[in-house]
Amino acid sequence: MLQSSNLLKEVPQRQAENTCYHCGQPCETDSFTVDEKSFCCYGCKTVYEILAENDLCEYYNFETAPGVRSDSEYEDAYTYLNDDKIKNKLLIFHIGDHARVQFHIPSIHCISCIWLLENLNRINSGVIKSEVNFSKKTAVIDFDASKISLGSVAALLASTGYRPLISLEGELREKKESTSNKKLLIQLAVAGFCFGNIMLLSFPEYLGIDHLDVSLQKIFSYLNVALAIPVLLFSGADYFTSAFKSFKQRQVNIDVPIALGILVLFARSASDILMGTGSGYMDSLAGLVFFLLIGRWFQDKTYENLAFDRDYKSYFPLAVYRKNLDGWKATLVHELKKGDQVRIRNKEIVPADSLLLTDVAQVDYSFVTGEAKPVEIKAGELIYAGGRVVGQPALMTIAKETSQSHLTNLWNNDVFTKPDSRNYKTLMDKVARVFTWSVIGLAIATGLFWWWFNSEHVWLIVTSVLMVACPCALALAAPFTYGSMLRVFGRNGLYLKSADVVENMAAIDSIIFDKTGTITHGSKNISWRGTITKEELQMVRSVASCSTHPLSVLLAQNLKDSLDTTPTKFTEYPGEGIQGIVSNQVIRIGSSAFVGSTENEGYSRVYISIDGVVRGFFEVGTTLRPGVSELASRLGNKIKALLSGDTSADEDRMREVFPAGTQMAFQQSPQNKLDYIENLQKEGAHVMMLGDGLNDSGALKQSHVGIAVSDDTGVFTPACDGILSGTKLFYLDRFLSLSKSALTILKISLGISLAYNVVGLSFAVTGHLTPLVAAILMPISSISVVVFTTFMVNLVSRRVLS
Amino acid sequence: MTIIILLIGISLTIALVFLGGFIWSMKSGQYDDTYGPSVRMLFDDKKSSKKKSQ
Repeated sequence: MLQSSNLLKEVPQRQAENTCYHCGQPCETDSFTVDEKSFCCYGCKTVYEILAENDLCEYYNFETAPGVRSDSEYEDAYTYLNDDKIKNKLLIFHIGDHARVQFHIPSIHCISCIWLLENLNRINSGVIKSEVNFSKKTAVIDFDASKISLGSVAALLASTGYRPLISLEGELREKKESTSNKKLLIQLAVAGFCFGNIMLLSFPEYLGIDHLDVSLQKIFSYLNVALAIPVLLFSGADYFTSAFKSFKQRQVNIDVPIALGILVLFARSASDILMGTGSGYMDSLAGLVFFLLIGRWFQDKTYENLAFDRDYKSYFPLAVYRKNLDGWKATLVHELKKGDQVRIRNKEIVPADSLLLTDVAQVDYSFVTGEAKPVEIKAGELIYAGGRVVGQPALMTIAKETSQSHLTNLWNNDVFTKPDSRNYKTLMDKVARVFTWSVIGLAIATGLFWWWFNSEHVWLIVTSVLMVACPCALALAAPFTYGSMLRVFGRNGLYLKSADVVENMAAIDSIIFDKTGTITHGSKNISWRGTITKEELQMVRSVASCSTHPLSVLLAQNLKDSLDTTPTKFTEYPGEGIQGIVSNQVIRIGSSAFVGSTENEGYSRVYISIDGVVRGFFEVGTTLRPGVSELASRLGNKIKALLSGDTSADEDRMREVFPAGTQMAFQQSPQNKLDYIENLQKEGAHVMMLGDGLNDSGALKQSHVGIAVSDDTGVFTPACDGILSGTKLFYLDRFLSLSKSALTILKISLGISLAYNVVGLSFAVTGHLTPLVAAILMPISSISVVVFTTFMVNLVSRRVLS
Repeated sequence: MTIIILLIGISLTIALVFLGGFIWSMKSGQYDDTYGPSVRMLFDDKKSSKKKSQ
């Protein structure tokens, strides 16, 4: 470990106050602190501790390391994985006692994560081997099923700070994606191989030495045909299927002239070679397919480890505890029936609309409504699916099955049942249609002309026209323009799902914001209003740190530098507040009624009283993200509305920030938001929605461009077209203007490639298209378009974003 | 001139071997994670006092 410890320690030398000592990333909380050094995550802290210990003694026993205690809380949370049905779905294989499982772990982010995860076998001897895939953020773990259960493996990961993300559907999707990506690369490799060799074999032709040895020339040509066959049948196969599909749908896309061009190139070249009338255009054919596949590969390289298409199922737990005849048993969520009794623990999500059986429960609906403050539910009241139980475990009976719950009803909306309802025409589709018909028209016209003029040449001329019209440069223009733009966006914190989104963004004229979590920070800031001394704040902190209520945790995190006093007689009054005695003073923290204040309770306020005297309150959470007000004034009347699931407590503050014409609607249900956007779209607007929670997902899906704003791109985001890092929200107007520039660049490069086609066609219609002209023209047009678009995109983005 | 045909045959065969090698490495997942192995090789193997299972 010595080598790596030197390596690992190089980075943190320049640690600032709030960056991780170990890996240099900013620390979100100060809860990972050892030896006065702060760490960003459990993994970094643990590795530091191991290293520190390692420096002292040669041999150390991993299990006594304080950072890797197995936590009983986690132990319990994953026992449902031991259910046979779930286990069989998750395990990759299971032979005898040897089992293998793959977990998706979003929190993998640095070298120490790999190190720790791959040394799991030292923490628990039941683990045989673990291997991390850093780019996919997954870990494949082999374990001995007789020593450790699947649930314990997951709990082990969670206790070391790497909570696995478990979803049954996610695994399937991933497999499908990776195989199609691999196939494209192999197609590309085959095309490249054939292209290179055909070029090599065509050299005598290029240099005009074909008269030297006719028999040798013939062999070379036959070899070219042989090499072109895999290009036609394997590498180019996708273009034929795509063209065939578009014919079936009675539409013409860019793949139609490409497929036609490839086919004609092959047929003409093969007939030339076999009949001995020429040397064919096989080099052009292989080059064409090779370049086209490069373009496709460039476009496909989106952000593999980001998930853009989560639905509600990935938010819900896989299984919950149901009361059966023989006691509590983990049950898959979709097997729950009306009337079942379930137990939901702290921080678990209620999977279906249920009636509460316990006296009282705190439910955090932030997933559903965006409202950060937990709601108190009393026995017999309905809890909607999607709520997160906070604090004490709650017993409840299922009132509706998951698929019919209040929240999931939203997903039965038309927007979600159709695969992609926004069946828009991209610029390329329009160009392709005009282009294809013109090419076919031109081919027929020249054919007729030559048939009348000199009928011997008809076949040669018509094939030349179709060959040279093959829109290689045209087809490369879009992937490279949008692809480079996608990269620029990605470097600046906006990750788009696909290249088409760039074009949709260029057309946006109406922008709609969600409030909580989107333009305001996740509740990390608190502000104090009232009078209180420093010592008293310390006392408040020590009381707050005893509670697991989210607001208490937040208070404790924000009031630093505590003298670690422990309150005596700490009591928690669920739904009201907490009380503790520090230095003989009674400190109460909680709702206004709880501390004895008569004030009206505003949004997310925590009141404090000391010895019965109300001192004031902490206001939690709704600080605007940096730069939002400037962004709002720059966007001006493009901003149409602010739709929030919250109460209207913040309306006045929002009015100050947003331009006068902005419509503000509060207490909006997910359906309300969706309807609002639908109405705007009916008026012809191109709507962009920015949201963050599950409650926005309907609106995100309905809008032309739905962007999820997130503080951590690795965690849950609803289905969307793009993920925008919260710290880069103020770049939004620049991103919009850049997408417009991208569209302009694309139009120019389309012009350039059409010009090449016209030049080529002028050779073709007059009957002067020799293999050499084709072999020069085709790569030049493709390469110049690629260079032009890449260069322009980077130039423009540098100017706009700097 | 038959020597050229022989040479071309040999060169094509070698090229095909490399193509096959690439496809094999692709399919066996060697390009799945291009970052992990670069740091993994720097981790020292700790002499473990425990016997490995299997």
